[in-house]
Amino acid sequence: MDIPAELETKINEAISHYPVSKRSAVLPVLHLLQHHFGFVSGDGVTYTAEKLGLEPINVLEVVTFYPGFRQSAPGKYHIRVCRTLSCAMSGSHELMEKLCSEAGIDRSTVTHHDPVAVSKDGKYSIEFAECLAGCGFGPVCLVNDEFHEKVEPTKAKELLDQYS
Amino acid sequence: MADIKYLKGKEPHAREKRLIFRNVDREGWDTSIDRCLKEGGYEQTKKALKMEPQAVTNEVKGSGLRGRGGAGFPTGVKWGFIPPKNTKPVYLICNADESEPGTFKDRYILHQDPHQLIEGMIISCFAVGAHLAYIYVREEFPKAAQILEKAIAEAHEKGFLGKDIQGSGFDLEIYVHRGAGAYICGEETGLIESLEGKRPYPRIKPPYFPAALGLYMSPTIVNNVETLCHVKHILEMGGEEYAKLGTPRNTGTRILCVSGDVQKPGYYEVEVGKLTFGELLNDVCGGLLPGRKLKAVIPGGSSAKVLRADERFKIKKGDDEVEIGVEDIPMDFDTLMACGSMAGSGGVIVMDDSRSMSWVLNNINNFYAHESCGQCTPCREGSLWMKKITDRIEAGAGMPSDVDTLASVAKNIDGRTICAFGEASSWPTSSFVAKFRDELVAATDEGNATKPSNKEQVAQQRYLAEEPVA
Repeated sequence: MDIPAELETKINEAISHYPVSKRSAVLPVLHLLQHHFGFVSGDGVTYTAEKLGLEPINVLEVVTFYPGFRQSAPGKYHIRVCRTLSCAMSGSHELMEKLCSEAGIDRSTVTHHDPVAVSKDGKYSIEFAECLAGCGFGPVCLVNDEFHEKVEPTKAKELLDQYS
Repeated sequence: MADIKYLKGKEPHAREKRLIFRNVDREGWDTSIDRCLKEGGYEQTKKALKMEPQAVTNEVKGSGLRGRGGAGFPTGVKWGFIPPKNTKPVYLICNADESEPGTFKDRYILHQDPHQLIEGMIISCFAVGAHLAYIYVREEFPKAAQILEKAIAEAHEKGFLGKDIQGSGFDLEIYVHRGAGAYICGEETGLIESLEGKRPYPRIKPPYFPAALGLYMSPTIVNNVETLCHVKHILEMGGEEYAKLGTPRNTGTRILCVSGDVQKPGYYEVEVGKLTFGELLNDVCGGLLPGRKLKAVIPGGSSAKVLRADERFKIKKGDDEVEIGVEDIPMDFDTLMACGSMAGSGGVIVMDDSRSMSWVLNNINNFYAHESCGQCTPCREGSLWMKKITDRIEAGAGMPSDVDTLASVAKNIDGRTICAFGEASSWPTSSFVAKFRDELVAATDEGNATKPSNKEQVAQQRYLAEEPVA
């Protein structure tokens, strides 16, 4: 696995935040890898384990548990729509449908273990997320690191146009 | 507060008392340390560092501050649980894994006033003797993590973090640790496991009370973002003075997050218990949508038991017992508990008569089925079955007996799990069934019991049918 020097520096810095136990750095290292490579690959798991002196299974069990880690490549813009009560009451499920039809995404194949659907051109990917803590101003969604409030279903195209 | 101007359209309501949210949506405010220092930022840190740690703890105890994360446990008492003869290092963790559905208060503290939190943490670390602290911020707040990292670097530069803070001899490092999207990390022992780099399976208590056996098996204090911010204000006002805010045993201010079917949803910081639910709904939030009637309210995040609009409660007022309705309930810890629900994390979800209760319960059940960590069988299996049953009712294939099955599954989770997630996942179902039984039953059909419910059964019926079916 080819880790650029800059990324390696960040990884070493993250590990230094845990003077008591290197194992604590599993999440931060995986975040850095995912941020750079888009998802956590098998090589990424092996690398993390070697880096932190762990068995690969210690890392893989973390990757498979947390919804925040992906094991397949997302689109260039990854959208997470809040599915939970207050957002659902304000129309997040309709928003999901609209976003999918506008972006050309087929969600019929998603499963609990593989919740991300990618558009054919690889530009957008989408998944439902549980409560994003923006309940008063739903529907809310995250596009990469950007948080959006009050994205009514009618504003789906407008949102996508901001990321093109 | 008179000299503070807020952004247009985001002014606080007249009934609010802004302590923690003083700088939220404030005109000309930013997250830099220079802006914060101009307003007396870090003055309480300097003051605390000149005090005895025990004296700081005593102020917090005297303030009556109760945890704002969900359980409402007295903060000073929690700090006091660190074993007196402890020789291991002590850690402090700020729980910024805000993820209880209906709650969205910490988001604004982290994004708009990070130095308030850092100052609260420094004071708290000094009081409990911690030299290493982490802010466990949920993965879905990527911007907040960046803002906090910048704020920590600034505090370092100005000598409020690092070695020998302000010449006091006290050392402290704070690091940001990002979660990865799991609700269970809000449970303090799950959070600790996650911070140790593992799956966040909560630990059993006893013996793993974090204050005795927490992070790396050392004494660890885990406090909510809002709670730690209050510590700063307690020091500023003095514990006794702070305790005059709110009502006895329910002191201070707290941020109520209102969402759902109201005119003006949002965050409102009020003195605890000084506002009834009716005042919050009709006065502060501008009432329900036109032509709608109140149907139900979840008063403290989705784990809290639902209250029906026409319910009556008997509560103690002084020595007398009085009967009150939902709208008369003061939004404090004790009254909500006496009414059979809880103040929880302050997330108030309002539902009007346009909402189907089976749809609402199904949405909640989907959440808990998704978020159960899977460690304890009753919760792992039960939360999924409750979801499957309400899925079926929503799909129009439910049977009347499903409602009893739901209640029975919920009853068998409650109290049979390692952590409080078991209760959190079963209380919505048990309370919805208890309070909206007729509506849930009406959403089902007796005839569904004899209908085939899957492809295999359809094929079987066709095969066994005497006449070939078209």
